[in-house]
Amino acid sequence: MDSSEAAPLVDLRGIVKRFPGVVANDHISLSVLPGEVHALLGENGAGKTTLMNVLYGLYQPEEGEIFYRGRAVRLASPRDAIRLGIGMVHQHFMLVPPLTVAENVVLGTPACGRVILDVARARRSIADLGDRYGLTVNPDASVWQLSVGEQQRVEIIKALFRGAEVLILDEPTSVLTPQEVEGLAQVLRRMAEEGKAVIFISHKLREVMAVSHRVTVLRGGRVVSTLATSETSEAKLAALMVGRELVTGARRQPHPVGAKALNVQGLQALGDQGLLALKGVSLWVNEGEIVGLAGVSGNGQRELAEVVCGLRKAMAGHVWIGGDEVSRASPAERIREGLAYVPEERKRIGSIADFSIAENVILETHQSTFSRWGLLDQRAIDAHVSEILRDYDVRTPGSHNLARTLSGGNLQKLILGRELSRHPRMLVAAQPTRGLDVGATEYVHERLLAAREQGTGVLLISEDLDEVMSLADRILVIYEGKIVGEMASAEADVATLGLLMGGARA
Amino acid sequence: MSVLGLRLEKRPSPSPALRALAPVATAVLALAASGVLIRAAGGDPFEAMAAIGVGAFGNLQNFGETMVKAAALILVGLGMIVAFRTQVANIGGEGQIIMGAIAGTWLGLTLIDVHPAVLFALVILISFAAGAFWGAIAGWLKARLQLNEVIVTIMLNYLAIYTLNWLVRGPMRAPGLAGGFPQSEALAQAAWWPRLAGTRMHVGVLLALALAILVTVFLTKTPWGYRLRAVGANAQAARYGGILVGRTILLAMVISGGLGGIAGAGEIYGLHHRLLDGISSGYGYTGIVVALLGKLNPYATVLAGIFFAALAVGMEAMQRSLGTPFALIASIQGLVVLMMLLADVLVGYRIRKA
Amino acid sequence: MDWSQFLEEAFLVSLLAGALRLSTPIILAGLGEVYAERSGVLNLGVEGVMLMGAFASFWGTTVTGSAWLGLLIGMLAGAAMGALMAFFTVTLKVDQVISGMGIYLLGGGMSSFLYRIAYGVRMLPPSIEGLSGLTIPVLSDLPIIGPVLFQHDALVYIALILVPVLGFILSRTTLGLKIRAVGENPEAADTLGINVDATRYLCVILGGVLGALGGAYISIAHLKIFADNMTVGRGFIAVAIVYFGKWRPFMTFVGALVFGSAYALQLWIQASGAPIPHQLLLMLPYALTIVILAVVARQARGPAALTRPFRRGEG
Repeated sequence: MDSSEAAPLVDLRGIVKRFPGVVANDHISLSVLPGEVHALLGENGAGKTTLMNVLYGLYQPEEGEIFYRGRAVRLASPRDAIRLGIGMVHQHFMLVPPLTVAENVVLGTPACGRVILDVARARRSIADLGDRYGLTVNPDASVWQLSVGEQQRVEIIKALFRGAEVLILDEPTSVLTPQEVEGLAQVLRRMAEEGKAVIFISHKLREVMAVSHRVTVLRGGRVVSTLATSETSEAKLAALMVGRELVTGARRQPHPVGAKALNVQGLQALGDQGLLALKGVSLWVNEGEIVGLAGVSGNGQRELAEVVCGLRKAMAGHVWIGGDEVSRASPAERIREGLAYVPEERKRIGSIADFSIAENVILETHQSTFSRWGLLDQRAIDAHVSEILRDYDVRTPGSHNLARTLSGGNLQKLILGRELSRHPRMLVAAQPTRGLDVGATEYVHERLLAAREQGTGVLLISEDLDEVMSLADRILVIYEGKIVGEMASAEADVATLGLLMGGARA
Repeated sequence: MSVLGLRLEKRPSPSPALRALAPVATAVLALAASGVLIRAAGGDPFEAMAAIGVGAFGNLQNFGETMVKAAALILVGLGMIVAFRTQVANIGGEGQIIMGAIAGTWLGLTLIDVHPAVLFALVILISFAAGAFWGAIAGWLKARLQLNEVIVTIMLNYLAIYTLNWLVRGPMRAPGLAGGFPQSEALAQAAWWPRLAGTRMHVGVLLALALAILVTVFLTKTPWGYRLRAVGANAQAARYGGILVGRTILLAMVISGGLGGIAGAGEIYGLHHRLLDGISSGYGYTGIVVALLGKLNPYATVLAGIFFAALAVGMEAMQRSLGTPFALIASIQGLVVLMMLLADVLVGYRIRKA
Repeated sequence: MDWSQFLEEAFLVSLLAGALRLSTPIILAGLGEVYAERSGVLNLGVEGVMLMGAFASFWGTTVTGSAWLGLLIGMLAGAAMGALMAFFTVTLKVDQVISGMGIYLLGGGMSSFLYRIAYGVRMLPPSIEGLSGLTIPVLSDLPIIGPVLFQHDALVYIALILVPVLGFILSRTTLGLKIRAVGENPEAADTLGINVDATRYLCVILGGVLGALGGAYISIAHLKIFADNMTVGRGFIAVAIVYFGKWRPFMTFVGALVFGSAYALQLWIQASGAPIPHQLLLMLPYALTIVILAVVARQARGPAALTRPFRRGEG
C-alpha cells in the first residue's frame, strides 16, 4: 500500500522535553502515516521512550506541538490520548495479574457495565480481534497464568478495544521468543493493512528491517534521519544509530595479563519477568585486563552482573573468582574472595541514601576491617573515609552529610573509591558513567585504567561504545542473553559492534 | 494531589531544627487537646493541667509514680526503636512483656535461696530470653517466609495473654486463695527489686536509663547496629553490600522482644511482686507510640516515655482530685500518633495554593 | 465426664447458635476489612472503629429510644472513623500501620471518654432494650437448623446476607473490578482513568461502617450495655481472619465462624467444668492463623499494593 500520498495520522513538530540535567527530546519532529509500521530506532537514552510517552500523554512537552489527523491537540494524560485513538503497549505491562483477560480488557471502559460486570462484550471483542489480527488469547484465563507473549497480546487487545488507530509499542520483542516475534510481526502487518498506524520502538536492526515501512533513527535526543526501510540496510542503520567517530585515542598501554580473575561458564538465569535472561553465557577476565561487554541495556547485562555477584540465583552454570568456585556463595563470601561490584543503580542499590557518606564507605568492610572488640573503630573509619574522599575527588562539605546530598558524579566516585580501595581481584562495573558529566566520566575512566594497571581484572559492562573501545583490551558483545561476538580491542570497529549489538550477524 | 484548593509541595530537605520541632509541637498539641477534652467533660482545663502537673511531679512520691511507669514505657520503647529502625513492625510488645514476666516470676518462685543480686542478674537474663524467644518467632517467620510481622506479632500477643490467663488460674495459681484473684504466689520480699528514695520507683528505672545509653551505643557504634540500620534504610543495598538481611531481621526481633521481656520482669519485681492478669497494661502498644514520638531516637524516647508516664499518672491524680474519671489517656495517645503523622507531613512538605 | 452429652441436640443447637452470635461482630468487621485491604489499605485500627461503633450506637439508642436509629448513628460514627483513616493513609499517604495504631488508640479512648461524658459516673450503667431478637416464622421451626439459624437478632441476618452480597459485588460488578484493580496495580488502574484515591476512600469508609456495625452488635444486641474495651481484641481478629480467608468474603466468613465457635466452645467448657483448660481453645484460632499463614506463605501475599501509598509518578 502506497502510504506516502496520505496525510499523516500523527504529526509531532519540534518536541522538546527536558528533565533535570538532560534534554531528552531536542526539537524532534516525526510524522506517522496511516497504514504504515514506523520504527523508532536508537540506543538507550536516545529519547525514544520519552517521545512516545509525550505522544501518549504521560509527559507534557516543554515546547512543540502535536497534531492528530491534522488538528492540534493537547494531551494532558493518557485518557486524552486514548480518547483520540492512540494506544500504547509499554515495556512493563500495565496489567492486573489476578484479574482475567476479559476483565483487564474491559477495566475502566463504559463497556464493563454500569453496575453488574459485563464481560460479554469484551469476550466478543477478544474473539473478533483474535480472528482479525491473529491475537488469540483465552478471555477467561487469569493474566498471571499467561506467558509474556500472551500478556502482550492482551495489552494490544486492550488498546484496540478502546478504538486505537495509532498503536505504540515500546521494545515489544525484548520479551518474546523468536516464534512469538514472527507472530507479532504478522499482527502489526495486518493492522497496517487496515489503515492503522503502528509505531514501535526498538534497538533491534533485524526486526526493524523485517517489519517496518519507514524508520526514524534517534541519537542523543535528536532525529538523525528518517528513511524508507526499503532504501536502507542494517549496516547503514547501525552506523546512524551508533554514529560518531571514535573520539578518544587509546590511553591504554599494553599490559601483561595474569591468571583468570573471573571465570564464568554456561550461565543460565531467569529475569524478573520469568523469562530466560541468560542463555548460556561463558566468559573470563584475567587479572590486569579490562574486558568490555558491549550491548544495549536489557539484553541480560544486569542479570549477568547480579549472578556473578551473588545477588541472583543461576539456574545453571558456574562462577569462579580467582581459582575458587563461588557459584553458591553469598555476596559476603564473594566480597571476601576479592570481588567488587559497581552496580548500575548507584542510588537504589549501590548506596544507602539516608546513611552518611562515611557510613556508606564502610558498607562492605564495617565488620571485616573496621570492627574491634565488637565496636566500630571510629578513628580508623574516619581516616579511611578522608583518604577515599581525597583520593577519589569526592566533593562534599563533610563526610557526615547524607549520601543523598552527593551529586551523581560524586556518588559514583565514592562508590568506585569504596570498591577499589579494597584492592579487589575482580571488579564488575555496570554502566559506570551513565548520567555523569564529562569530567566525572574522564575520572572514572582513569580510575578503571589504574585498577587494571594494579592487576585488577575489570568487567566493564557498558552501552557506550566509545567507552568500551577506549578502555577495554578485549570486547564481547551480548545480545538476548548470549555472547554474540568477541574480538581484541584493536580489531574492533564501531560498525561491526553496532551490528552485533543490534542482533545482526557481522 | 490537591485538597481544598491547596497543594503539598515536597520540601527539598527539612532543617534539623524543623524536624526536632515536630515532636515538641505534637506534645504541645496533645496537651492542648487534653485541655479541650477536659473542657468538654465539664472541667476547667487550667485547673486540670495544674492537677496533672502536680500529680506527675508535685512531690517525690508522685515523681516516683511517674518514673515507675516511665521505666516500663522506656524499655518497651527502646525495643521498638530497634525493631522499627530495621523496618520491622513489632506490634507484639504486649506478648513479649508477658512472656518476660512469666519467665521472671517462675525463676523467682523456683530459686528461693539465692543471693538477691544473683537473682536479679538471672531474672534479667531469663526475662530477656523469654521476650526474645517470643519476638524471634515472628522474626524468623518474616526472615524465612516473608510473613507479615504485624499479623504474626498480634496473634502472638493473644497467645501470650491466654497463656498468662491459664497460668495464673492453673499451674501458677497461688494456693489457698480459693475464689480470690487469679494471681501467682508473691515473690519473697528479698527478691523484690529495691526501691529508690522511699518512693515506688525501683531499680528498673535506672536499668531503663542505662539501657537507653546501651541501645544508642549498640545502634551507632557496633557492627550489628550498623547492619540493623542498613537493612532498615535500604535492604537491597544492604544485601548488595554483603549483609545477611534475614539474620539481621531476626536479630532485631530478638533484641526488641528481649527488651520487652525485661520490662515485664520490671513490672513483676519492681511493682506487683506477683504474676497477674493484665500485667502488660497496654504498654506494648503505648511503647510503640513512645518510640514514634521519640522519632526512634533512644534519648528522645526517654523524654517521650516520661512525658507519657507523666500524662498518665497526672491524669489519674487529677481525676481523683476533681472527682471526674475521664479515661482520657488512650484518646490522647491516639491523638498523639495522628498528630505526629500530620506533623511529619507538614515538616516534609510545604502547603501551597494549588 | 460424660462425653455423650456433646451429641445431644440441645447442646449442639445452643453451641452452634452461640457460635453464630459470637461470630457476627467479627464477620461484619472482617467483611469491611476485606474491602479496605482489597483496595490496598491495611486498617489495623478496626478495634478502635468497633469500639466507637459500640458506643455511638449505644448512646444513639438511649437518646432516641430506637435501636435502629442507634445503629444508624453507630454507622455514621464508623464512617467518620473510616474517613479519618482514609485521610491519613490515602490523602496524606503516611504509614498505614502507624495510622492504624493511632485510630485504634483514638477509637478506644474516645469511646470510653465520651461514654463517661454522656452518662457521668454511675453505679449501674444505663440499660436499654436494644435490638430484640427476630424470630423468622416457619423457618425457625425446622429441626436443629431452625433455632441455630433463624432465631437471632436482625444484625446476625444482615451479616449473613452481607457475605454473599459483598462477595458478589467484589467479583461480579464493575465497582468490584475497580476495587480489585486499585489494590493490585494502582498505576495501571490510574492510566485507565480509574480514580484510585476515591476508590480507596470508599472502601476504607465502608470498612469503618461495617466495623462499627460489628461493635454495635456487641453493645446493643448482644450484651445490651457498653463497657470499656468491650471488643477485647476482636478488631485485630478481624484483620487476622482476612489473611486467613485470603481476602475473600466467604472464606473470611468461615474464619470468623472458626473464632466464634472457639469462643462458644470455651464458654461451655468453662461452665461444664471439663478438665480442658478453656484458654487452650481460645488460643487455637490464633495459633491456627499463624500456621495457615506459614503453610500458604507464598500465596499469603494479598493484594499487591497493600500498604503501598499510591502516588502518580512524576512526569
